[in-house]
Amino acid sequence: MTASPAAPGAHAAQPLIELQAAGVAFGRTVALQPTDFQIRRGERVALIGANGSGKTTLLRLLHGQLEPTCGTRRAHADANGQPLRQAMLFQRPFLLRLSVWRNLQVALWLAGVPRGDWDQRGRHALERVGLAGLQRRPARVLSGGQQQRLALARAWAVRPQMLLLDEPTASLDPGGKHEVETLIDDFAREGMAVVMSTHNLGQAKRLSSRVVFLDAGRIACDLPTDGFFNQRLPEAAHHFVRGEAIWS
Amino acid sequence: MVDSLVAAWELMVGGRGSLWPVVGLSLVVSATACLLAAAIGLVGGAALATVKFRGRRLVVALLNTLLALPPVVVGLAVYLLLSRSGPLGAWGILFTPQAMVIAQTVLVLPIVTALTRQLVADAMHGAGEQLRSMGAAPLHSAALLLVHERLSLVTVLLTAFGRAISEVGAVMIVGGNIDGVTRVMTTAIALETSKGDLPLALGLGIVLLGVVGIINLGIAGMQRLQSRHEGRAA
Repeated sequence: MTASPAAPGAHAAQPLIELQAAGVAFGRTVALQPTDFQIRRGERVALIGANGSGKTTLLRLLHGQLEPTCGTRRAHADANGQPLRQAMLFQRPFLLRLSVWRNLQVALWLAGVPRGDWDQRGRHALERVGLAGLQRRPARVLSGGQQQRLALARAWAVRPQMLLLDEPTASLDPGGKHEVETLIDDFAREGMAVVMSTHNLGQAKRLSSRVVFLDAGRIACDLPTDGFFNQRLPEAAHHFVRGEAIWS
Repeated sequence: MVDSLVAAWELMVGGRGSLWPVVGLSLVVSATACLLAAAIGLVGGAALATVKFRGRRLVVALLNTLLALPPVVVGLAVYLLLSRSGPLGAWGILFTPQAMVIAQTVLVLPIVTALTRQLVADAMHGAGEQLRSMGAAPLHSAALLLVHERLSLVTVLLTAFGRAISEVGAVMIVGGNIDGVTRVMTTAIALETSKGDLPLALGLGIVLLGVVGIINLGIAGMQRLQSRHEGRAA
């Protein structure tokens, strides 16, 4: 990964993150074929595709958890030269066997937030996700939806410019799903770029402004959400969408 | 058997005044050894689970092999180290409780380290990627997962304590079973057996079993606490 400082005045037009011919292989298995890809400020991107199509690999590559085995990943610094702040959410959030409050403090500690800011940021984040009254509860006693909201609070507290979500509502009941979707939508409205993998086409329609369809480790189409659901798609995407429509 | 139970009862109610100092020394030596092993083994095991380095698999294989370390071999090695002509002979602690602590620490250290490594490695499967995504370096992950697995780690330490307090070979060799100085329950049992006082030996054995039984109750309590905690979290 490389980080590049932005030229004065240019940062608004500059992508947050940029892949240039970046691909990932695990041994002989190609998980993601060489790809050019960008995420811009405030974008809402849904990654869809069948299991094993490369959605999670692309997310992990964007985050920097995976290094590209070919090509480059470039995260652009902001106008002040600060490196890109990002957070990632998973289908099942890992929460320490500690209280809600301690879990938040750990996230702030790991993100390098000054200790003097923990209290204010932590309280603000819990209020933001509606868990202010539960800060002393053991985190793992919370319901699935509440746990995911706590994970969102943890992410939001570090003020990310880009939030990556790997099927964030796949294991939640409809109520939990609605709570989490509402929060993701709110965060995106605040200007945070959101990149989310999902199998739920309705969710992609509701939350995204751009849909990227992956097939066998390749970006098969990358369209504005309206276009994706209303225009003729490449064959693989067409079949995928039709299959989803049959079962949804 | 009845004689043994009577002997055990007499020992406990004060028929022979030497029992409780022996029990006390057993507890102090084994508890100290476990604390020392915990200080090294918890950190070492967690680091071994989270920090990648060349030769890690070999270290883990060696560590797992050391789980079967015979106490007499440990006793012999520590004896050679601490004997007057040994590299640590100048310390002059052979045939003292300190030597017994060192021997038991060496004996239980692989248990604490290997079980901690396994626990933290298992936790890393579910948590590692998420902790890394939050900015955790390997040693941060190790520290956090030690906190996360603290209830299971208490069980590990109780297991190590059970192993330490019930071994005889190492403490016999480096302690010498000196009455009033280095005699612990297991060496006392060995001595009474060799003297032919089987009821007394069995009585001591029953007391030792009682101590180990209390430890097992502690383990069971911890496990119940953890399963209740997990159950609520599910």
